[in-house]
Amino acid sequence: MTPRSPRRRLAGVALLALAAVTACGGGGQQDAKAADQGVTITMWTRAATQAQSERLVAAYNNSHKNQVKLTVIPTDNYQPRIASAAGARQLPDVFAADVIFVPNYTSQGLFLDVTDRVNKLPFKDSLAPSHMKLGTREGRLHTLPHTLDLSVWFWNKDLYAKAGLDPEKGPTTLKEFAEQATAVDEKLGKDGKVHGTFFGGNCGGCYVFTFWPSVWAAGGQVMNAEGTASLNDQAPMTDVFKVYRDLYAKGVTGPTAKEEQGPTWTGFFPKGEIGVMPMPSTTLGTMPADMKIGVAPIAGPDGGESTFVGGDSIGISATSEHADAAWEFLAWTVSDEAQVEVMAKNKDVLARTDLSGNKYSSADPRVVLINSLVAKGQTPYAPRFGETFNDPQGPWLRLAREAVFGDAAKLPQLNADINKSLQQ
Amino acid sequence: MSVTLDRPPREIARGSTPSPPPWWRGRKAQGWLYATPTALIVGVLFVVPLILVVWMSLHRWPLLGGATFNAPDNYTKITDNPLFLDSVFFTLKYTVIVTVLLSATALGLALLVQERRPGVGFFRTAFFLPGAVGFAAAALLFYGMLNNDFGPIDPILQTLGITDEPVKWIGSPDAALFSTIALVLWRFAGFNMLILLTGLQAIPVEVYEAARSDGANRWQIFTRITLPLLRPTIALMLILSVTGSLLAFDQFFIFTNGGPDNSTVSMVMVVYREAFFRFDLGGAAAISVVLLLALVALNVLQMRVLRRSQ
Repeated sequence: MTPRSPRRRLAGVALLALAAVTACGGGGQQDAKAADQGVTITMWTRAATQAQSERLVAAYNNSHKNQVKLTVIPTDNYQPRIASAAGARQLPDVFAADVIFVPNYTSQGLFLDVTDRVNKLPFKDSLAPSHMKLGTREGRLHTLPHTLDLSVWFWNKDLYAKAGLDPEKGPTTLKEFAEQATAVDEKLGKDGKVHGTFFGGNCGGCYVFTFWPSVWAAGGQVMNAEGTASLNDQAPMTDVFKVYRDLYAKGVTGPTAKEEQGPTWTGFFPKGEIGVMPMPSTTLGTMPADMKIGVAPIAGPDGGESTFVGGDSIGISATSEHADAAWEFLAWTVSDEAQVEVMAKNKDVLARTDLSGNKYSSADPRVVLINSLVAKGQTPYAPRFGETFNDPQGPWLRLAREAVFGDAAKLPQLNADINKSLQQ
Repeated sequence: MSVTLDRPPREIARGSTPSPPPWWRGRKAQGWLYATPTALIVGVLFVVPLILVVWMSLHRWPLLGGATFNAPDNYTKITDNPLFLDSVFFTLKYTVIVTVLLSATALGLALLVQERRPGVGFFRTAFFLPGAVGFAAAALLFYGMLNNDFGPIDPILQTLGITDEPVKWIGSPDAALFSTIALVLWRFAGFNMLILLTGLQAIPVEVYEAARSDGANRWQIFTRITLPLLRPTIALMLILSVTGSLLAFDQFFIFTNGGPDNSTVSMVMVVYREAFFRFDLGGAAAISVVLLLALVALNVLQMRVLRRSQ
């Protein structure tokens, strides 16, 4: 919140203009290679996708003259850090951001326009479409997909077998999901340690990540295309809410689902305490090695399949003085080498759809499935997404909690609050 | 041994006393000169930022790019913000409860350890020790202790037969408020005890001896000697407690995250949200200015009451 003097502002504008000229003059991987001159650039990423960022940076630093100095910032504190750094004009050269915040950042002018550079990439059409869409503002491109994190259903095969379910057959509809969760809870949940399912009931971001794919799978939408009107008080969203409401009411979910604020919502499944639940795909690689896990696409009440294509996009900050070196790094992160030998090798979701059938992914059908969902899934677009859906004080969390735990009749009124927030 | 003179030898030789320049003659001017370093520090670190915040509150202030004057929009829209209006009521409620409980607890602790006797040093240290823990760390500590999944408090209560099932410590608005108050009491009671202890020990022993020789009992000594003579110290503690409570942030931000259902959102949390979630820096500055004015008014009022009582 450091105010700026007119002189500093002028200097900033001049810097922006210079950076823009530099951006227009460069582009393409050939130019990018020419920019590998031993420059050190700074990069920020959030803790949620730290492992993937660290792998990419380590591999890059080992093979290039340019070096990337990575700073990892706690996820909950990331947006405020970006805001305060931007206000003080102290943004790093490149920064990754939760993809759903990207439209807001581009509208604030935080990312450099990289349209010309992206257009020179030979594989630009195969970059994760939903990430590219959110990084586009008024036809100009500002970001590349960095790490992808998809929501999928994980089920514990051992618990399924003990509960008398077929361990090789996960749910194909939301109703089946509820039935299987209930079966696990009824058969194995008597001691209070095992539960049918779990979700982050006091976490706005958890709701959108895990509930909305069921809406998309059912052919519905949660917002209009402009991200200015909410459809969360209508079916199929209300049908999805009802399924989870019943599960909570019957005690099939973990007892702390209502209070779960987000930081620990993925912590119960790896302990073998949950039968089936929606999880981030990035957690697959961090699960206990001896744990037998099945993965299924998230379905709607009666079928279909979809996913929330989350994760981080990355761009060059508008205040960077090393735009060429920064682009050289960004272009490398989406190259064949980085995508296959760094990301796919570690079972991470790829930022490019043309590489989904690579030599590493094909060894694990679950990874192939997750990669195949990138093109089917969606990333909701709304310039006011963060303050409306992620912020604990935003209107979405109140609506979701009323729908699942409270008075569902309040939905139209609470949805009007969401609309108001989206349109501010 | 040499003597260093700061006057030119010629003047000394002539025997004349050099006269200081006219601006230096007055005691006032000298005072100003002495005060200049402090004034500069106050100006740079306190006054200039305050002016800038006021300036910011009169503008639409984006993260990057130029600001545009939009007064008084940032101020008028404060009343359209239901979250802020709710937070005002909640913060005042929290301030009243915390101030009353904290004062009573701190006074009780101070009286317990007032007199020098064997072992009193241990208790003074033990009571004050939570004050040495950072507030954010204390909030995290309570979050861990009261967590229903892995916290130790619930199993202890159930083992002792006090509760049948885990208590939802932050699961309902009332429980969240009182869990937070417990945290604040744990963290600050010892610190406030220390303030009161210095006040208690400043009361001359002779006054107590005179009262006892006049036949006053313990209650009469407490109400007619201790409390009246402790009043300035109590007033100081109240100013600190009220100001700190109205600016409450860490405990709610970390411990309850404003929940459940926005029931524990303090005024400063709204400022934070406007600035860092909604990127409305001008709006956040306007709320800060309003909060600042309210605090200044409240502190002036408290100081006047204190001076009158003295």
